[in-house]
Amino acid sequence: MNISVASGKGGTGKTMVATSLALAILNDQPVQLLDCDVEEPNAHLFIRQDAIKSTNVSLPIPQVDYDKCQYCGKCAEVCRFKAIAFLKKTLVIFPDVCHSCSACWHFCPSGALVPAPRKVGTVNIGRSGELKLITGRLNLGIHASPPVIKAVRNTAEKEIITIIDGPPGSSCPVMAAVEGTDYCLLVTEPTPFGLNDLSLAVDMLNVLKVPYGVIINRDVPGSEIIDRYCQEKGIRILLRIPLQMEIARSYSRGITLVEHDSAWTERFAELFRQVRREVAK
Amino acid sequence: MMIAISAFGKNQDSGVNPRLGRCEYFVLYDTGTGQYSAIENSGRLSPGAAGIATATLLNDQQVQAVITGNIGPNAYKGLEAAGIKVYIGVSGKVKDVVESYQKGLLSEASAPNVGPHGR
Repeated sequence: MNISVASGKGGTGKTMVATSLALAILNDQPVQLLDCDVEEPNAHLFIRQDAIKSTNVSLPIPQVDYDKCQYCGKCAEVCRFKAIAFLKKTLVIFPDVCHSCSACWHFCPSGALVPAPRKVGTVNIGRSGELKLITGRLNLGIHASPPVIKAVRNTAEKEIITIIDGPPGSSCPVMAAVEGTDYCLLVTEPTPFGLNDLSLAVDMLNVLKVPYGVIINRDVPGSEIIDRYCQEKGIRILLRIPLQMEIARSYSRGITLVEHDSAWTERFAELFRQVRREVAK
Repeated sequence: MMIAISAFGKNQDSGVNPRLGRCEYFVLYDTGTGQYSAIENSGRLSPGAAGIATATLLNDQQVQAVITGNIGPNAYKGLEAAGIKVYIGVSGKVKDVVESYQKGLLSEASAPNVGPHGR
């Protein structure tokens, strides 16, 4: 079973939920946690682990053999991303704009364009007891994170319980992290900003047809902004984490919620059982 | 020699648009004849990589110098490859900017001065 964690707004507690959920259910079965927030992976700060393996993620981008190039312009013509420009009989390639679609080298009539690997990130595998942590890391200066997110997911074992800590937002990177998962936990906070981005994430999940429920973090008694929205939309609220200085203080020291207070272990185990029931429906 | 100025409008009284890749028009000035003309910047409608599309457009128009406010990395790389000079940090009306250019008062860019998407 694959459970993804998303939020819309950043900084609402995705990693706090993902790490505590993984640790809470670990006693019953092996678990793998995928850190797919590859622009700023941080689950490893909370899970002390032994490094097992690190692999590079590369994408093919065109390389020109200027001796073979006939300057016909076919490659620039077929590139829908404008990653190749013909300027005064010079062929200029823009690697950041290239989507590795392969059209240019496929259509080049003189064999002057060949794919060459460009490193865009790494996938690191670590282990902490029965918990396997797979972390994606996008290289500095690289724009597109979905290829690294997909590499993390492809590295994961298929048959064990998988928790995916996703990136914020509701665009391509999140979609790459949550698409095809069995359930998505949407972590939000009771603020107008939290609500706005939650509603965008809900719209996204409806398009992807991934079932979801809401977790309210930094919950304050009497704040009903998220409750009202969820009631109106018929969305289940699965868990509430209160706004507490002690929780924030522990977390800032790298201590997960279940380690901070063992009462949370049962709450997250119950969250998992609820999700499993929902998925089984 | 043909120079291009990124502009909000189509003539010498138009204001200079500080954005190169997404400007509405390029006012063209022929230093040989002293004539103004204008082209629409089709590159600005590009969903991404407007700077590359704009550099290609200016190259195809045989432009030899571009005057604008800011230039990003892709547009700069393209214009540099095409051998087109870039003058940045400019504002005001097109005709005043042309006058400054002719007096040699404009500064030539040796690198992009903004990031992708003008940020």
